[in-house]
Amino acid sequence: MPDIIFSILSFLLILSSVGVCVSKNLVHSAVYLFFSLFLIAGLYILLYADFLAAVQVIVYVGGILVLIIFGVMLTNRLEKPSIDISSFNQLTAAMLCLLLFCLQCYAIVNGHWIDFDSGVIENSSKEIGRLILSKHLLPFEIISILLLGVLIGAATIARKKR
Amino acid sequence: MSTLEYYMIVSSAVFCLGLYNVMTRRNAVAILMGIELILNSANINFIAFNRFNGATVLDGHIMSVFIIVLAAAEAAVALAIIINLYRNIGSVDVDEARSLKG
Repeated sequence: MPDIIFSILSFLLILSSVGVCVSKNLVHSAVYLFFSLFLIAGLYILLYADFLAAVQVIVYVGGILVLIIFGVMLTNRLEKPSIDISSFNQLTAAMLCLLLFCLQCYAIVNGHWIDFDSGVIENSSKEIGRLILSKHLLPFEIISILLLGVLIGAATIARKKR
Repeated sequence: MSTLEYYMIVSSAVFCLGLYNVMTRRNAVAILMGIELILNSANINFIAFNRFNGATVLDGHIMSVFIIVLAAAEAAVALAIIINLYRNIGSVDVDEARSLKG
């Protein structure tokens, strides 16, 4: 059963990621990105990462996607009916990406991975909270300072000049 | 093939599609969407390895939390820069942004 769900989720994920790349309208791209992020949250649930699935939905779908749509709306003149975006170098980029994908698949299939299912993780948010405040305390503090600096910096950059 | 390898192949496909998006687009907001896809593929890999490494530690989850925070920070700064770019040159085409002085 998890295999069937995984197949459906990953098929839809790749389909909507292709939609992000080939869509001619920027708003359609953003909607495809929305579906991709939701499907990735589904993959997290299959991997027993319930806390991260919730964070993915809240931060990406609720935060970053709204920011991106804000960006789309603020940087396009609305008197034009459609928000067209065009693509360039499609053939070269497709060849390069396909080559890279084949290389990665070759490396993945031929690699010797430790493959031992750890089983169901109970209470992952409790364990994550414990790890953040013990083993990974310094990175956590640094990243919180970074986030504060970034938000102030973004507000300063985007402000109207006097 | 094992389940871990399937997850890695899906993540690799998402990575390559994000890279394709970054390479082909000229609109800065569309490039940002490609970068989000790339960061998410890294997240899938971290969590898949965390499940299939045989231990019950959750270090991969912590790394994913940090990546999500970095992605949020990156999106905020990038959109501030894009809005400023639009204000200065009147478009968000990255080919138009040639001069360093606004």
